Amino acid sequence: MNIDAVMDSPTVAAAVAPVAPASEYKGPSNVSTTNACKLCTPLGATLAFKGVEGAVSFLHGSQGCATYMRRYIISHFREPMDIASSSLGEKNAIYGGGPNLKKGLLNAMQKYGAKVIGVATTCLTETIGDDVPRLLAEFREEFRDLPLAELVHVSTPSYSGTHMDGFHGAVKAIANQLCVDAAPQNARVNVFSGMVSPADIRHLKEICLAFGVEPIVLPDYSETLDAPALLDYENIPSGGTPLSDLRAMSGARASIDLGRAISAQETAGTSLHGRFGVPLFRLGLPVGIRETDAFFEALKAITGVETPRELALERGRYIDSLVDGHKYVSGLRAVVYGEEDLCIGLTSFLAEIGVQPVLVATGARNRDLAAHIQAACGDVLRRMPIVREGADFFDIVEQAQGLAPDLLVGHSKGQRAARDWDIPLLRVGFPIHDRFGGQRLLHLGYRGAQSLFDRLVNLVLEKKQNDSDIGYGYL
Amino acid sequence: MTETAKAITSECPETLEERPAIPAGRETIFEERKDQIHRIGEGEFAMACNRDSLAGAVSQRACVFCGSRVVLYPIADALHLVHGPIGCAAYTWDIRGALSSGPELHRLSFSTDLQELDVVFGGEKKLAKALDELIPRYGPKAAFVYSTCIVGLIGDDLAAVCRAAAKRHGIPVIPVQSEGFKGNKREGYLAACKAMRTLVGTGDTSGISKLSVNIMGDFNLAGETWIIKDYLTRMGVEVVAGITGDGRVDSLRRAHGAGLNLVQCSGSTQDLARMMREDFGIPFLRVSWIGIEDVAESLYAVAEHFELTQPELAGNIVERTAELVRAELAVLMPQLKSLRRDLEGKKAAVYVGGSFKAFSLVKAFRHLGMEVVIVGSQTGTEEDYRELAAICAPGTIVVDDANPLELSAFLKEKDVDIFVGGVKERPIAFKLGVGFCDHNHERKIALEGFVGMLNFAKEVHASVLSPIWRFVPRRNLHNSPMNAGEEA
Repeated sequence: MNIDAVMDSPTVAAAVAPVAPASEYKGPSNVSTTNACKLCTPLGATLAFKGVEGAVSFLHGSQGCATYMRRYIISHFREPMDIASSSLGEKNAIYGGGPNLKKGLLNAMQKYGAKVIGVATTCLTETIGDDVPRLLAEFREEFRDLPLAELVHVSTPSYSGTHMDGFHGAVKAIANQLCVDAAPQNARVNVFSGMVSPADIRHLKEICLAFGVEPIVLPDYSETLDAPALLDYENIPSGGTPLSDLRAMSGARASIDLGRAISAQETAGTSLHGRFGVPLFRLGLPVGIRETDAFFEALKAITGVETPRELALERGRYIDSLVDGHKYVSGLRAVVYGEEDLCIGLTSFLAEIGVQPVLVATGARNRDLAAHIQAACGDVLRRMPIVREGADFFDIVEQAQGLAPDLLVGHSKGQRAARDWDIPLLRVGFPIHDRFGGQRLLHLGYRGAQSLFDRLVNLVLEKKQNDSDIGYGYL
Repeated sequence: MTETAKAITSECPETLEERPAIPAGRETIFEERKDQIHRIGEGEFAMACNRDSLAGAVSQRACVFCGSRVVLYPIADALHLVHGPIGCAAYTWDIRGALSSGPELHRLSFSTDLQELDVVFGGEKKLAKALDELIPRYGPKAAFVYSTCIVGLIGDDLAAVCRAAAKRHGIPVIPVQSEGFKGNKREGYLAACKAMRTLVGTGDTSGISKLSVNIMGDFNLAGETWIIKDYLTRMGVEVVAGITGDGRVDSLRRAHGAGLNLVQCSGSTQDLARMMREDFGIPFLRVSWIGIEDVAESLYAVAEHFELTQPELAGNIVERTAELVRAELAVLMPQLKSLRRDLEGKKAAVYVGGSFKAFSLVKAFRHLGMEVVIVGSQTGTEEDYRELAAICAPGTIVVDDANPLELSAFLKEKDVDIFVGGVKERPIAFKLGVGFCDHNHERKIALEGFVGMLNFAKEVHASVLSPIWRFVPRRNLHNSPMNAGEEA
């Protein structure tokens, strides 16, 4: 399952007649966006930077961007989420934001003690044409007497792409800008996890350790955005991928890029592969059995270690539970929405348990979503779902109405539709604003699949029980 | 080092080596921000305010767009279209209660979702098309079109597009000049007031009593406008418009028929009240619906105003008001008393958007036997802070436009039991093992009026007296045998 093997995978070739072939899809018919199913590009970058040890996320733009994103992210993680801003005003918009950027960087270093500052741009600074790489070079030169933080820059104009582009862009920028020298060969494995939950990141690390390899997960916000109660307030929360690990990535045994939707793009993985020859495995997000199997196969190939018993048991128990629970969910029709890679993983998971995804929608564009779904689970699906890119919730609702869905699978923003249709919403991904513990939701691995399946079955049972006049005590 | 470098570093004298691992207490304060913080009793009162936020300081403030959006958001039968890239609309989608007794169009999020090509070639056509699509789809009474940073840069003629759309669709289409970078929330408030002013005066005012008011600066986040409206109705006063709590386009259009404007949250709607005083001769009163005295005083001020200006219509309005206040207090006070027993002597910190709320909260906490030892806001004026300093005890920290580093340092220094703020302040309190009360957008419990005071007391009580604090390391420091003797 390395870079070439993916293309030869039998699942890619397996053809299933789609309900609505991708070619029929003409894109959303509306000019306006109503209830977006995406967030803006810089948000993803600020999250990714939060996964580097000692890092401060920094937005070069007006104050509001940082504040809005902080508020939004805090509502999900319920953790401090400081994002510094160059707080540009009207004068800066005319004369350039350089002085504010430099001053902001100094302040973030001196008061926060940042070891790394991840600078993402905004629509404001992209449009006024601030040349951030040049400004950062000037800054390094001007303040070379001071012990400076490492500066990483990613271009994230909010008018281009979604928060996922910002996220992957920041991860790639970290790899490109902080891992510049060939490190001595080491026994580590780089895992570029994509935008998953802190619980997912912890589980990925646990899995790798069980295979006897210490992973370098980037980004690792499993602690910074899900921190314990501590004695003192940490200006920069502990945790995150250490700089030393980032520098060691070039000498790792292999890299694993998780996410089929980014498989056509330049990523941190392809960059390390290209520059240092680090072997690259490009896989889907390990959601459900087969995507997780592929991840385990990759770890086996890298380490030569057979699946450890504890993990094999998790797989076995999960399959056993599928047998026990399949009739509760068999044939249900689901609408899946959200980030492209999570959508692919969830569709695959649903296909495996006998739920028919009828609509899969993402706010992102040009992700080749239908082809990736086909590749991931075309052979298990009885029918291809309708797949929509560039969708908002107006499109999703309009499209789903005729499909008589039994359940929704996605983040909190589908709550309105679920309520209107009186069907369950299996909450996954980001953001979870209307339930507790979004940061601890597990999606990945067999254990993640188990958690998703248990929650899903219980949602179905709960509805059944509530809707029933009899209110069966045994279900 | 270059000249600019010297200029910048001279303001930040410490080098990184000198920086303590965890900056504590006063070291966390940026040199440039020292004059935005005052400790009562330490020297003459002086505070610098309404200044741009310091770069890199993680201000808790937002932007011009945010100011406009919060004020106009509750107008429930208007279309709120954000002209810009997706973020500005996405982050303000159904962001807070702002309850409506009828239509709920405001709870949807509309955007032109500008893309790269729009930025290059201009977004006017897309905006016009979006309006043509959305107005027939939802049949709003009016449309507000918000400008964002990018629109201010690419130079779309928002006013012209809006004018043309208004003509095509026969409803007011109102541009809101809320480019994010053109100041802070205050400028956004002003832009919102200017937008609303275009509606005021265009409706029919026949049938409106002279004994009537507009409730301004309350946003009905948890149904508060209805509580205040109930009090006023019981006093015999008609409410013409909630501006903008449970707001409607038509009520705004006839708001000039009211005899008096009641302005809470002076920052957000006072500009409109001033315009209405100048253009329609409607006087306004500054009021607050938070606490006990402030609510009672506000109601009495309304009564006295009408007794003076409309003696025949008002009748015995002051007595009616006194009766209302008595009846409400008879219910409230016994319940407060039992909550107060547990809260007596505890300490509170307050950091809110507008300073009016800070005033009322300082007083409200006194009824719980609690003292406010840290008080601040995002957008107060020097005068606001001077008045605040006058009612707080010596040693109290007064702060303008604070940031997480300062707030956490202050909370530790003052060892408070509860922090009152908004979503962004919550994790700071919780990480320090400090109770929290959301007095901002995300609250779901009415915190205004007399009943609001009781709810507030219950909220504070529920957090402060929770048993969980005994497990939180920092609070545990005092009682844990393991830490005995280690306390500094």
